[in-house]
Amino acid sequence: MNLVICLLATRQYLSAERIRATVPGYGEGRGDPAVDEAFKRMFERDKSELRELGVPLETGRNGWGDGEDGYRIARRDYELPDIDLTPDEAAAVGLAARLWQSAGLSQAAHGALQKLRAAGIDVDPRAAAGIQPRVEASEPAFQACLDAVRAAQPIRFDYRRPRAEAPQARDVQPWGVVSWHGHWYLVGHDLDRAATRCFRLSRIHGPVRRTGRAGTVVVPEGLDLAGIVAESVQPDVQTARVLVRPGRAQGLRRSATPTGNAGPEGEVFEVPYADRDSLADLLVGFGAGVVALDPPEVRAAVVGKLRRLAGVPGG
Amino acid sequence: MAEVRGTTTTDRLSRLLALVPYLQARPGIAVAEAASDLGVSEPQLRRDLELLWVCGLPGHGPGDLIDLSFEGDSVTVTFDAGMQRPLRLTPDEAMSLLVALQTLADVPGLADREVLERARAKVELAAGGAAAGPGGISVQLQDQRHQRPGSDQRLASIRAALEAARALGLTYYVPGRDETTDRVVDPMRLLLVEGRSYLEAWCRRAEGVRLFRLDRIDAVTVLAEPSRVPDDASERDLADGLFQPSSSYGTARLRLGPGARWVADYYPCEQVTEHGDGLEITLRVADPRWIQRLVLGLGAEAEVLEPPELAQAVRAEAGAALQQYADDGDAGHGNPG
Repeated sequence: MNLVICLLATRQYLSAERIRATVPGYGEGRGDPAVDEAFKRMFERDKSELRELGVPLETGRNGWGDGEDGYRIARRDYELPDIDLTPDEAAAVGLAARLWQSAGLSQAAHGALQKLRAAGIDVDPRAAAGIQPRVEASEPAFQACLDAVRAAQPIRFDYRRPRAEAPQARDVQPWGVVSWHGHWYLVGHDLDRAATRCFRLSRIHGPVRRTGRAGTVVVPEGLDLAGIVAESVQPDVQTARVLVRPGRAQGLRRSATPTGNAGPEGEVFEVPYADRDSLADLLVGFGAGVVALDPPEVRAAVVGKLRRLAGVPGG
Repeated sequence: MAEVRGTTTTDRLSRLLALVPYLQARPGIAVAEAASDLGVSEPQLRRDLELLWVCGLPGHGPGDLIDLSFEGDSVTVTFDAGMQRPLRLTPDEAMSLLVALQTLADVPGLADREVLERARAKVELAAGGAAAGPGGISVQLQDQRHQRPGSDQRLASIRAALEAARALGLTYYVPGRDETTDRVVDPMRLLLVEGRSYLEAWCRRAEGVRLFRLDRIDAVTVLAEPSRVPDDASERDLADGLFQPSSSYGTARLRLGPGARWVADYYPCEQVTEHGDGLEITLRVADPRWIQRLVLGLGAEAEVLEPPELAQAVRAEAGAALQQYADDGDAGHGNPG
């Protein structure tokens, strides 16, 4: 603390010796080699702690006469610029800061709020009462992936595909992490497959290792991270026709479009789908409440699944 | 979290740097209020204040040290030793706020979008260089392309009822029973958790606190009568996840093939063990009809280990459904009516 005040107050670069003489806590017992050594270690530790906090520590010399580098903090680089939030904007910031439930991000948000409050802004945590958005990130791989993205550094990890076998090693240039519908994904360039891929973080097994140098991953211009995940997760393209029995399968009716073709046996609905088997799973779930009409591939998939469930031979 | 925070020396230094400008902006603030704002206990803040007293400009004479004056329980900075402004935001701090503001702005009807975007622009400006560079993180609380029609208006109605403390009429789909019901509820709060939105409310029909998933609400009416949440109705603690085990629920034990491993990710399980390529799980079951639909949908990827009644019910329902395709040997598939 005293070090920060001292370096902010000076225009000149101060050498380590000058700092030692000025800042209390450093000064005792000069000349004793053991104490000198202790000061050096302490000063190094304090410098790295300040840099970790984001304090812009400048090093340089005041003139040719200086034998070694000195230190100072430029007030202009240190101080948070003026920020003037209206009460409703401050409330919005307060609401946003409570979004994160993962350790790393919530701590960062907490630190940001502390500084905004120190800038005189009243961030009232109760202002947006009644609304509580939360984003969890409990996947073990989350922080490592986010850090790699921000460091622009290639990574390798073991990944288990949804309908598969043992985990496989994947080499990826990470572009971003995306929370989609409550699940986290890593988007990047898969080096082995030479293509853009999305990885569900919960399917990453074991540690995420950094394999290349920081700053070497180049993210494509204008990348739409969320769009890539949306595309890979649920591209609805085709339409099936399904007969829904009277009073049954309310859940299916809600996501389907009625065709107006209705009779005593039930009503025909159009259901959008991307994957034949996923739709068949959904329809089989409604049991005798629905009949898959077409396309034939969906109908056949439903019949096959029902045969196995009912224990009919040939299923 | 609050107990852990502020204990490391780095956390403490960062708080001390913020403390002087914080106090300076609020002359005469109560120590307790400052402690709660900064997320530390009152004794911890008092220790911080004692430390500030021996910090100051080089020389450390009486006129160089930070000076505080106490009056009763309140505190005022009388000399700041040059600590007028807080430190800039770090890249992580800037990112956490900017992404969160963007995330909320992306949900139509949740909060005033213009306010969120103005706040975002101001924070971005104040963050300066720290905010530069690709975001690398994106959060979609909702899938905008697959919203049910009218969901924005329903969300806005719920917010309006919360703000005006009015009761709501809901038409709600109950998946366990596969039916749509009408009920009157007293709204308590709106939750956006695990990628879904929920209304937490006192349900007058069930006489209990219930969570209503917004995508299962088919219609909302803001009623004229005021909301009357009973005093003993308590919000649920979200620390252990949204759905807590209840002893009144039964359980089912399933063996899942590799293609059904996702079930363990999606539904809260009491127990998950590896079994060959797949898993054996124990699930809590709120409604027997729900688990029957789940198991039917999993087809050959799931085997019911317990209870035996569930295995029988699944087989019987599949047999009945199969009857409807009895003509398929001849390829024809007819239309109704």
